[in-house]
Amino acid sequence: MSAAFRLTDSTLRDGSHALSHQFTVEQVGAIVRGLDAAGVPVIEVSHGDGLGGSSFNYGFSGTDERELVSAAVAATTRARIAVLLLPGIGMADDLRDMAGRGAQVARVATHCTEADIAEQHIRLAKRLGMEAVGFLMMSHMIEPGQLLAQARLMESYGADCVYVVDSAGAMTTPDVRARVGLLAERLGCQVGHHAHNNLSLAVANSLAALDVGAAQLDGCLAGLGAGAGNCPTEVLLATCDKLGLRSGVDPLRAMATAEDLVRPLRPSMGVIDRAGLLLGYAGVYGSFLLHAQRAAARFGVDVGEILLELGRRQVVGGQEDMIIDVTLGLARGQAEVPA
Amino acid sequence: MTLSCVVIGSGNIGTDLVNKLLRSPSLRLRALVGIDPASEGLARARALGVEATAEGVGWVERHAGEIDLAFEATSAKVHAANAPRLRQAGITAVDLTPARLGPPVVPTVNLADHLDAPNLNLITCGGQATAPIVAAVAGTCPVPYAEIVSTVASRSAGPGTRQNIDEFTRTTARSLEEVGGARHGKAIIVLNPAEPPILMRNTVFCGLPEGYDQAAVATAVEDMVAQVARYVPGYRLKGAPLFEEGPFATPGGPAAARVVTLLEVEGAGDYLPSYAGNLDIMTAAAVRVGEAMAEAKVAGVRA
Repeated sequence: MSAAFRLTDSTLRDGSHALSHQFTVEQVGAIVRGLDAAGVPVIEVSHGDGLGGSSFNYGFSGTDERELVSAAVAATTRARIAVLLLPGIGMADDLRDMAGRGAQVARVATHCTEADIAEQHIRLAKRLGMEAVGFLMMSHMIEPGQLLAQARLMESYGADCVYVVDSAGAMTTPDVRARVGLLAERLGCQVGHHAHNNLSLAVANSLAALDVGAAQLDGCLAGLGAGAGNCPTEVLLATCDKLGLRSGVDPLRAMATAEDLVRPLRPSMGVIDRAGLLLGYAGVYGSFLLHAQRAAARFGVDVGEILLELGRRQVVGGQEDMIIDVTLGLARGQAEVPA
Repeated sequence: MTLSCVVIGSGNIGTDLVNKLLRSPSLRLRALVGIDPASEGLARARALGVEATAEGVGWVERHAGEIDLAFEATSAKVHAANAPRLRQAGITAVDLTPARLGPPVVPTVNLADHLDAPNLNLITCGGQATAPIVAAVAGTCPVPYAEIVSTVASRSAGPGTRQNIDEFTRTTARSLEEVGGARHGKAIIVLNPAEPPILMRNTVFCGLPEGYDQAAVATAVEDMVAQVARYVPGYRLKGAPLFEEGPFATPGGPAAARVVTLLEVEGAGDYLPSYAGNLDIMTAAAVRVGEAMAEAKVAGVRA
């Protein structure tokens, strides 16, 4: 029986935001073994902001992601290891290195209006013999028709799948249905959905995506992830199981891995508190949360004010440096009037 | 002394450069050189009274005796083909593409070292905007690691940048080492589609060693901003340099602290709109390089 969808677990990539990118080789090995034993087909491992993300702007990795990917490749028996790359942050050489280490899936992410900067890296992934996935971040910011045009660019470069990515956890269920549905209807390649839980809709939106034709979904164990967290892998699997949607992954094993290996990490993000909800409400990139909290504490500014101002300025993924700028402005009482 | 120059490439950058060159006291614009007779850029130049040809670099070769300097505003690939022909013709090339055939040059940092070079490369807009800040900090203390985030309006990033974003990122990072003097450089490039378009903004992080002099670093950064602003009037600090204590384990080694410099670049609005400070800083730097060469020739004659 063919699976209803293919699951990519991103605990070791998007989840690393919640741990300030401090995963160790031992943790990666153990979590990969747990996911692999549960039957998860694809496991993503990278700095939270993708290859080359280790930086002042996004936070330095505790362990070089090259070591983490090698550890993941060594620990897996069936699952394919994926890496994330944002053009402008990660480089072609990083991707070549990862292919050499045994990563088999390249997910190439751009802001939803900038798909054409992914051409070099999607084409390179295909030349390296990797599966290429296009990742359109902050997909809530544009209309379905505009998103389709961008997705078509990624498909034309050779992407095997294009994801509608709800980086801010800002999409309601109708938003997801409209975007994923249109792409699934019009694209020749597969369509995926990456959900965040800011509005408590991650599982519901993932199910809606499946209903309108998505072939791939993302999750993180225990919902570990930026902002209010990702779609919780084990909750998604349990729900799909009850609905008779087979993914080929054992929900009980996934639950055990989440409970035994991820919950003890006590992540600093992944709850729908006021700040987590505000990200989704204002449409702000989830990984800004920790940086905004730090800036708020340092300059004595309310974190909610920072997030709302970032939303008004239409800041996009990668612009973590704007948090300093906005916070300093608020601290001086000089927040610029939004244009 | 005036130098006679041509602009090769009749796109947005070439047109903006034509506008700036027409105001220069020491650079005389001989022609705008394109390859497409139907180019709007050539028509715009003619409307300004500038000779415009669609005969490409061949035209430049045929008029080599009348030309000292060629500003290359095409693409890295085209410049790679043109560069040997310009050199053969005895014409100095100021390269606004990321071809990187000649030494990377930022006018306020290392122009004096390269005035005799047959080919000078202007790196990238991100490099022009940020390498001088790194150089300013590195003038006061060793900088183990410098990292920049350069955000430009989507509308100001043309197809050349988009299709070659990897080279753009790498060339910018390398300039932080080669021109800025950091031990290790990293560049992050972000495109923002907000409407109305945002001004180019740059954040420069420099790792600082034990015992750095905060006042000296701040003064050096502020002085450098003032120097760059002499030829790019819209180049400005968004606040005083911000110092943060570490320690930080950077790829270039440990840093006791870091200084964060937030910059904004508003274009002069010559041909390109004022949000395109990223393009303006390239054309302004190109004119500054040409004028410095003219000044050097004057000095050479006097000596």
